[in-house]
Amino acid sequence: MKPNALILTGNGLNTEKELDYSLRAAGATARIATLYELVDGDVDLGDYQMLAICGGFSDGDDLGAGVATAKRLGEAGDEMRRFFDRDTLTYGVCNGFQILVKMGVFNDGARRDLTLTYNDAGFFYDGWVRLKADPDSRCVFTKGLGALYLPVRHGEGKFTTKDDPTLQRLHSNGQVAMQYVDAQGNTATKFPENPNGSVDAIAGACDKTGRIFGTMPHFEAFNSITNHPHYTRMKREIGAGVDDVEPDGIKLFRNMVSYFS
Amino acid sequence: MADTKPNTLQIATKPEFIDASATVVKQDFGERGVKTGNVRSARKITFDFGLSEDDVKKLQAELTDPVTEFSAVNEQISPGDFDFMVEVSRKPGVTDTQGRTAKEIAETVLDREVGEGNAHTSAQYFVKGGTEEELRKAAVAMLANPLIEDVQIRDYRTWDRKTGLHTLPVMIAPNNVGVGYVDLNVGDDALMEISTKGELSLNLREMHAIGSEYRRPDFAQERKTFGLGPMPTDVELEVLAQTWSEHCKHKIFNAAVHYVDRKTGQTIDIDSLFKTFIKGSTEAISKTNKWKDLLVSVFKDNAGIVKFNDMWNMLMKVETHNSPSAKDGYAGALTGVNGCHRDIMGAGIGAELIASTDVLCFGNPDYAGYLPSTILHPDRVRKGVFKGIEHAGNKTGIPTVNGSVFFHDSFLGKPLVFCGSVGVMPAEINGRKTEEKIIGPGYLAVMVGGRVGKDGIHGATFSSGMLHEKSPSSAVQIGDPIVQKRAYDFLIKARNLGLFEAITDNGAGGLSSSIGELAQISGGCEIYLDRVPLKYEGMQPWEILISESQERMTTAVKPEKLDEFLELSKKYRVESAVVGKFTDSGKFHATYGRAYWDDVVAHLDMEFLHNGVPRMGLEAEWQGIIHGDDPSIADNSDLTEELNEMLARPNIASKERMVRRFDHEVQGGSVGKPFVGADNDGPADAAVLRPFLDSNEGVILSHGINPLYGQIDTYHMTANAIDEAIRGVIAVGGDMERIVFNDNFCWPSPLEDKHKMAQLVRANMALRDYCVEYETPCISGKDSMTIDTSYTDQEGKRQKISGLPTVLMSAMAKMEDVRNFVSMDAKRPGDAVYVLGLTKDEMGGSEFYASRGAVGDSVPVVDAKSAKVLYKSLSDATKRGLVASIHDVSQGGLGVALAETAFAGGYGMDIDLSTLPAQNVDKNYKALFSESASRFVVTIDPLKAEEFEKTMGPSAYARIGSVLQEDGFYVRGLDKRAVITASIYELKDSWQSRFGWN
Repeated sequence: MKPNALILTGNGLNTEKELDYSLRAAGATARIATLYELVDGDVDLGDYQMLAICGGFSDGDDLGAGVATAKRLGEAGDEMRRFFDRDTLTYGVCNGFQILVKMGVFNDGARRDLTLTYNDAGFFYDGWVRLKADPDSRCVFTKGLGALYLPVRHGEGKFTTKDDPTLQRLHSNGQVAMQYVDAQGNTATKFPENPNGSVDAIAGACDKTGRIFGTMPHFEAFNSITNHPHYTRMKREIGAGVDDVEPDGIKLFRNMVSYFS
Repeated sequence: MADTKPNTLQIATKPEFIDASATVVKQDFGERGVKTGNVRSARKITFDFGLSEDDVKKLQAELTDPVTEFSAVNEQISPGDFDFMVEVSRKPGVTDTQGRTAKEIAETVLDREVGEGNAHTSAQYFVKGGTEEELRKAAVAMLANPLIEDVQIRDYRTWDRKTGLHTLPVMIAPNNVGVGYVDLNVGDDALMEISTKGELSLNLREMHAIGSEYRRPDFAQERKTFGLGPMPTDVELEVLAQTWSEHCKHKIFNAAVHYVDRKTGQTIDIDSLFKTFIKGSTEAISKTNKWKDLLVSVFKDNAGIVKFNDMWNMLMKVETHNSPSAKDGYAGALTGVNGCHRDIMGAGIGAELIASTDVLCFGNPDYAGYLPSTILHPDRVRKGVFKGIEHAGNKTGIPTVNGSVFFHDSFLGKPLVFCGSVGVMPAEINGRKTEEKIIGPGYLAVMVGGRVGKDGIHGATFSSGMLHEKSPSSAVQIGDPIVQKRAYDFLIKARNLGLFEAITDNGAGGLSSSIGELAQISGGCEIYLDRVPLKYEGMQPWEILISESQERMTTAVKPEKLDEFLELSKKYRVESAVVGKFTDSGKFHATYGRAYWDDVVAHLDMEFLHNGVPRMGLEAEWQGIIHGDDPSIADNSDLTEELNEMLARPNIASKERMVRRFDHEVQGGSVGKPFVGADNDGPADAAVLRPFLDSNEGVILSHGINPLYGQIDTYHMTANAIDEAIRGVIAVGGDMERIVFNDNFCWPSPLEDKHKMAQLVRANMALRDYCVEYETPCISGKDSMTIDTSYTDQEGKRQKISGLPTVLMSAMAKMEDVRNFVSMDAKRPGDAVYVLGLTKDEMGGSEFYASRGAVGDSVPVVDAKSAKVLYKSLSDATKRGLVASIHDVSQGGLGVALAETAFAGGYGMDIDLSTLPAQNVDKNYKALFSESASRFVVTIDPLKAEEFEKTMGPSAYARIGSVLQEDGFYVRGLDKRAVITASIYELKDSWQSRFGWN
């Protein structure tokens, strides 16, 4: 049976169309719901194995990206906790990642010790970035992904921690699942390879179970090889065969679906 | 209820973290010559409703990032050592989106309604160094707009941590809310004074027409039965002024025009430019076999609608928001883009948005001449406009995919801000055609989205006139994209459930316009002004009716569906309210419960309201080209420096660092991106996207614009704009089969100027001639007929700046298969370089001449008959996979197009111009920089060259060189001697370094 995904949108979240397509293309069934439907009890998380929280601008990023929506989702807090505690997968992309961070799911203790804050450059940036997934991470989403090429588009994507020990803890727990890299494959330190100034070039992190994952880069926006910025260059090199190349973005959703098979 | 004292919460970045917004402010100050030391920032939220200090401390815990921020309640914090604190806050009544969110969060966190009152947010900058005076100047120049924002500065020495600044925006309600009569039985001077003082923009003939209507005895009798006197109420006069404004009625385009061509002696009497040339050409094209079933709804709705496939239709609309952007770049562009989005949301029974486009014209970025205090520096306007577009598109999840920026000092007074929106809608929903609005008597008028305030009063009449110092600042509105996004999500859902029967947006003219126009379908309306949700008390009935407050749609709902409609609205946290009823009474009827005369405040004949405006008669006189001869320029033996100079011209240089702030990937269907090539930084000719992710059917968006040509002849300017837009479509792998246009005309007022009127006529003639020849119909459009600004110069003399007459042609094309996409970058060393199309001695209006301070008269003339053949051949070649890259040749000519193709690909080029297909080109600078139309640079796998050449048939083309492995860019001239020797990195640097990231 196909695993069932709930895609959470509304209130300024906006990537439901491509998340829906990507999840289905990877073999899941999916339903799109607004977060109001969740907090009003119109949808039951108990019916789902996967939760995907959209990117976008919930509450317009007013007062800090994801802050307000994390609070609004707090009204369904018990239901969310029960969902996280079950053997489920949760993926938050961009604003969805910010919301998860601000809900505190990546924390060690009760007090939040890491955050996503304003890009060092001080502005919103849209561009494709090179990434590597850590093969040793406990993250179930990135298994076997290796090198990736994906778009980022955000103004508040700088991953940072309260202090060094927190950062070391994330590394040693295998929670640093994905990092920005330069053309040579080394962790990126400079804009725009590291588009926001994230410490240790952290682009995606998982919780201690590896079942909750958040990324600033948009896997769902690379759902067809025609999305690739070098689609036409690849076509000149390998001809029509380019259309058989699997887009990097879909690989993540395939991993999600495989987890339940 | 807790005590009513406002509480403040201030939040700042901890010193050990980068304060990104403060860094940007420090750079901005630096650009204004104000050298400062450290700058840090804080956000202040003032909660002006019933909260206790404990409540605010609870909010503090939620709103302060525990990792990067610190904060204080009811105490001023100072992040770091400073000399001055600069605080920027909004003036009363100006939209404060963060304040709205803060109030919503307060209600969520405290789990209760918090009552009346607002949260106000302000930005504080703590500056080391500088003087109070220069900081104030810099703040007004870079941070705040005095029309909508206040700046306060505090000296460190007089700093009081306990009290700090406590200034709250307060709306002062007028004492008397009511309705007055306006006596029109007065002399002509007094009539014009009524129009001018009331910001009505009605001319004398129009004032007379209104006066006559009220002198009609049967009308006076009818009014009496509603307790109305024989004179117009202020509500009625405002409704008429709005409905009859140039902005809404397009009086110039509908005028009777007498055109004389002094050169040929020809005279023509034109019965409406719009009917004759624009609608006329589309009607002619719609009869062709190709188009007869494809044009679903043209020129009658908020957007043009054409068929996409059997299941879906696609829509396009391009609006302008020039006057508001002149007053405040950010607010003008934000409301312009989101307003144009509402045109798509309000077409038929509502469509989904898939893309935005933005074409912008500003004064030169480094303009250093005199500017009166009422005119913002063009660079300030540009930065504001970019920020506005960023917020409008990114925050609503609509990709911004195509556009351009054009600089010319004629746009110092009013920038041109063209906002385009593209949408799709199912051809049918529940068996009902979606392009139709159906309204019967008894259907309810339901307003959806934001509330009504004083913002945006007189926008329609304001934008229809010349900008001047006293132009109303209330015409500046700030948008709230999230309120619109919520409304959009709700309306699409409600549409799919069949909960409403018609929809339109509240743009210019507000409810007066939206309900007034929808009422034409049923034949009348009643509007209940006292039931309109307001932002604050104290608004006059006429203000409620014509306010242009943002984020509002008006729907027609059947009474039996109302409950379900309102229920769903609540579910999406969207405010909806019944504000009227559609009737078949033939009357525009409005009531206000708290007024007098049995509550009726307006009662007008629909027929008079919509068709009573007197028709204009205009004179147009064309003297021929008046710009004079082409300059004589010596042909330097080496043109490398000239090429570098051209690449760095603001109109040609890379805009990537501005454009990467726009999200062009959201919705997941991006194929042809704004920047392409080996390093994703070459200039794309058009956007390609997949609106339906499970299909490879695509949409191409491109445009053509070049006001410089119009200095010579607007006929050829328009022809070139059409041709350039089509070239963009062809260059990315599209074809001529399914291209439609939106036309935009921005003109300096032609009312008292026969020459400008003749320029307008000629632009329209070209639109008809070329659209018919190319079989590319216009489906929608918009004009803005007063791009003039008056001001007082240093000597106290009145002056006027008028923008160049400008036509923007925006093209939308269906692409059968996005896998045919071709990008402009050279792909591989060894590939052959071709030039397609004839290069002619057509330097008039070129960037090269502009760089020499000249205009010339040899404007490029488009040969559409030959171009059509070339375009057909080239699109056949791309569909058969024969080409590796295609780049459109436009501003800067062949030299620029070749260099861009090379450096975008990351490879050098070896070019020989001696075999260039050319006509009367005797100088190398002409070969390189002439802007003849209908040309491309193409690179091709040499193994496919023979087949490609066969495909090109009789069209002019030549193989002029090859792509190199190395990074050298070599051009040999007409006489085979080297004229350019450069590296692609040097050329690319010239092109990229003109504009920075800030």
